[in-house]
Amino acid sequence: MTAILLPEPESAVVARRDAIVKDLVAILGHASVIGDEDGRRAYETDAFTAYRCMPLAVVLPDSTDGVAQVLAYCHRNGIKVIPRGAGTSLCGGALPAEDAIVIGVSRMNKVLEVDTSARSARVETGITNLAISAAVGPAGFFYAPDPSSQLACTLAGNIAMNSGGAHCLKYGVTTNNVLGVKMVMIDGTVMEIGGAHLDADGYDILALIIGSEGQLGIVTEATVRILPLGEGARPMLIGFESTAKASICVSRIIASGIVPVAIEFMDRPAIEVCEAFAKAGYPLDVDALLIVEVEGSEEEIADRLGYIAGIAQELGPSSLVISADDAQSAKIWKGRKSAFGAIGRKADYLCMDGTIPLSQLTYVLEEISNICKRYGLGVANVFHAGDGNLHPLIMYDANDARQAERAEQAGADVLRLCVAAGGCLTGEHGVGIEKRDLMRVQFSDVDLAQQMRIKTLFDPQWLLNPAKVFPLDGRPVPAARASDPAIAAE
Amino acid sequence: MTDILRPAADWELKSMLAQLGAQNMAVEIVGAGSKRGIGHPVQAAGLLTTASLRGITLYEPTELVMSARAGTPVSQIEVELASRGQMLPFEPLDYGVALAAPQGMQTIGAVFATNNSGSRRISVGSARDHLIGLRGVNGRAEIFKSGGRVMKNVTGYDVARALTGSWGTLAVMTEVTFKVAPLPDDIATLVYTGLPEDLAVEMMSLAMGTPYEVSGTVHLTPKHAARIATAPVGGRATSITALRIENFMKSVRYRKGRLMEALRAYGQPMELDLEASLGFWGEMRRLVPVTFSDDILWRVSTSPRKAAELVATLRRHMPVEATYDWSGGLVWIEIPDCADAGAADIRRAVAIAGGHATLIRAREAVRREVEVFQPQAPALEKLSRGLKEVFDPQGLLNPGRMYQTM
Repeated sequence: MTAILLPEPESAVVARRDAIVKDLVAILGHASVIGDEDGRRAYETDAFTAYRCMPLAVVLPDSTDGVAQVLAYCHRNGIKVIPRGAGTSLCGGALPAEDAIVIGVSRMNKVLEVDTSARSARVETGITNLAISAAVGPAGFFYAPDPSSQLACTLAGNIAMNSGGAHCLKYGVTTNNVLGVKMVMIDGTVMEIGGAHLDADGYDILALIIGSEGQLGIVTEATVRILPLGEGARPMLIGFESTAKASICVSRIIASGIVPVAIEFMDRPAIEVCEAFAKAGYPLDVDALLIVEVEGSEEEIADRLGYIAGIAQELGPSSLVISADDAQSAKIWKGRKSAFGAIGRKADYLCMDGTIPLSQLTYVLEEISNICKRYGLGVANVFHAGDGNLHPLIMYDANDARQAERAEQAGADVLRLCVAAGGCLTGEHGVGIEKRDLMRVQFSDVDLAQQMRIKTLFDPQWLLNPAKVFPLDGRPVPAARASDPAIAAE
Repeated sequence: MTDILRPAADWELKSMLAQLGAQNMAVEIVGAGSKRGIGHPVQAAGLLTTASLRGITLYEPTELVMSARAGTPVSQIEVELASRGQMLPFEPLDYGVALAAPQGMQTIGAVFATNNSGSRRISVGSARDHLIGLRGVNGRAEIFKSGGRVMKNVTGYDVARALTGSWGTLAVMTEVTFKVAPLPDDIATLVYTGLPEDLAVEMMSLAMGTPYEVSGTVHLTPKHAARIATAPVGGRATSITALRIENFMKSVRYRKGRLMEALRAYGQPMELDLEASLGFWGEMRRLVPVTFSDDILWRVSTSPRKAAELVATLRRHMPVEATYDWSGGLVWIEIPDCADAGAADIRRAVAIAGGHATLIRAREAVRREVEVFQPQAPALEKLSRGLKEVFDPQGLLNPGRMYQTM
C-alpha cells in the first residue's frame, strides 16, 4: 500500500549513517545500539503492518540519562527521532523513517516505588501495561487502563496514545490514571511534571503530553494511580437477534443508573471467529452479543446482574447467560481480547477506531456494513459499546494490492461517517500516519494550527515523530535546523 | 473602558477580542465573578463576562453526556441533571462561604477553567477528568474547538483538558461538554471522633484501599468541625473524620458493615443516614469548615502520606487549623493573618513534602505581593510561558492572574 505519503528522507542524514551509529555507540555503548541491517529490520514496522521502513539506527537506552544524551545529540545534529514502546501501535505511531533514529524504552521496565497508602506507583515507562498490575496485585491493587495488547504494550506507548481498554467505561483512560511524568525534551532537558499528588500545579501540561503520540518528548518514568481490586467481578452474555435491540439494551442499562465496568459488543462475524478460538460459550445464533461485567461481592454481583437481566428480558433476548465461575469469566474475556488476533488468522484486516454517540449506533453499524459491501469487503465489529468506541475490522487480502487499497478507502469512509455522526476519528488507537490525512475531516485549520503551535513549542525543529498526526501540507515551516550547514558555519 | 463586555455568541466574543487586540488592551475574564477573590488581582481596565453565554445545548442521559454554554449556572445544570437522576460526579465546590462571595452563582465554564472538584474527586476523578470537549476563543481572537461529545477521543492533542485550571489566562471557553453520572440510590457516612490527624489520614488511606468504593474521606480539626451544623455531627468540640459510601441500598448496607469491621481499630463510628449524609457532604461542598474570616486560607495538594507531617511542621511556626480531604491529599490550611500570608513557611514545607500550595484567601494587599499559585521550576516556567504565547501572545486575557509576569 502506498496511499499514505511519507516525507522524502534527508539524504545528507542517511549518507552519514555510519558516522551517526559510531557516535551513538560512543554515547551508549555497543550493547544499546543496533546498526546492522538484520537488527534494524525487527523495528521496520509496528502493528500497522501495511507500512514498513528501515530506520537509520535503533537505540535501547537503559536510563533517563541515556535517553537525554541521545536526544541532545539528535537535537544538535538535526536528526529525527521515532520514540517506540513495544511497537504495538495500530495506526503506525511507531513507523520508522530512513533518516530517523528509533529510541526504544523497552529496557527501562523497573517498578521504582509502590505506595499503597497513597494508591500510586512510580515505574519506568518501558514496563508493560500488565506488568504494572502484576507488580501491585499481591498488595490488592491494579492499574486500570487495559488495552487488548496489555501483555505486550508498554506504559510509554499507552501514554503516547492515551490508551483505553474494555474497562475504561468505569475507570477512565490513561490520562485519567497518570499523576506525573519524568519527560526528556528534545534538547535533552529532563522535566518533572506532576507527582504523587493529585492535580499537577499550573497549566495542565500532562494533558498535552498524554496522547501527543511521542511528538512532544520521551516519557521515561511515570507515577500512575493504582486502584484496589474489586471483591469480585463477573460478566454476563446477552445475545440479540438484531444490533438495534442490543444498542437499545446498552442505552437502557446506562439510563437505569448502573455503570457496569464494561459493556462490550460483538456482531455475528466476530462472535463466530472468537468462539472458534476461545470456546467461551458465546451463542452462535445471534446477530449481536453484549458482554456486560459488574464488580462487587457475590451478593452485589448477583443483585446487579439480576437487575441488568431484567432490563434485557424486556427486549426479548435470544440468549442470556451469566458466567458460572471464574474459569468461564476468563474464557469470555479471552475470546473478546483475542478478537483481533483470531480474526487476523482468517484474513488481513484494518482495525478502525472511531467513536460515535451511542444514540447513533444502529445507524452507523448499518452504514459501515453498506460501505464495506460497496467496496466488496467483509467486516467484523467488536467494540466498547458503553462508550461508543467502535472497532470495525475491515477484512482484505494483503497480497492483492487493489483490495488493500479498497480496504484503506473503505476505512477512510467509515471514519468520515463516525465524524459526521457526531463522533471522532480515533477513540484509543491514535492518529499516527493512518489517520493523519483525515484530520481535516474533524478539525478546522485554526484548530490544527493551534495544536501545531504546541508541537513547535516543545519541539521547534519538528524532530520528534514528525511524519505523524498532522497533514503534511499546511505545516509551519520548521525553524532552521541546527545541522543546516549555513548555520553551522556561523 | 468601564462598560462590561457581555458576548452572547462565539462570533461576538471573537470580534470583541479582536478589537481589544487591535488596541492592545487587556481584559479580566469572569463568569459570575464568584472566585474573583482568588489569585492576584488582574491588571486590566476592562471586564468581560461569559454570563450571557447561557443554556444547556445537549443532554443525552443514556450517554451520560451534557454540553452547556460556558456562562450557564451550575445550579441550573444540577437541577436539569437531577430531573433525570444524574449529577456532576466531581461535585464542584462553591467558594461563596469561604470568600464571603455570593453563593450558588458559579458558572459551568468557571468550574472547568479552575478545575474545581470536591470530595468525590478522590474516587471518580476531577473536573478535568470529566471534560471531554470545548469550544472557545483564544487570545488571537480565533474560534477553536477541541475534543467532542464522545467519551473516548484521542484525535489530536488534548487541548480541552490543557485549558482546565488555566483560570482564563489562555482562552475564553464558550461551550463545554462533560461526562455526568447517575445519582446513587443511597448514601451512608461513618463519622469517627477525636482521632489525631496522623491516625485519621492513616485510616482514610486504609479505607480508600478497600474494595468498598469509599467516595469521600475528610478529617476536620476541632475548630473546623465545630462549624458543621448537620446533626448529629454538628457542634462538637472534637475532631471528626468522615467516610462516605454510595451505591444501591443493599450494597451500601453491606459495605458499611465491612468497612466498620476493617477499621475497627479506629473506634466505633457514628452512622449518618441518607438525609444526614446529604447535609454533611453539602456543607463540605460549600466549604463551611473554612467559613470566611480574617484568617488566611491555603489549599495544599500533596501525597496523603505526607499531609499530617506537613501540617505538624507548620504548627512549629504558627497556629494551624486544617481540613483534610481526598484522604489527606488535599489540605485546607487556615492560619492567622500575617504580612506574607505564611508563604515562606508553607512553601518550604510543601517543597519538602512534594506537591503544591495555592493561596485562596487573604487581604488584597497581601495577594498583590505574595505568589498566589505555586512558583514553578525554571524549565517548567519556560514551558508555561510558551503555552501562554501559543494561545494569547499579546497577553490580553487575565494578565497576572496566575503568575505576576505572565
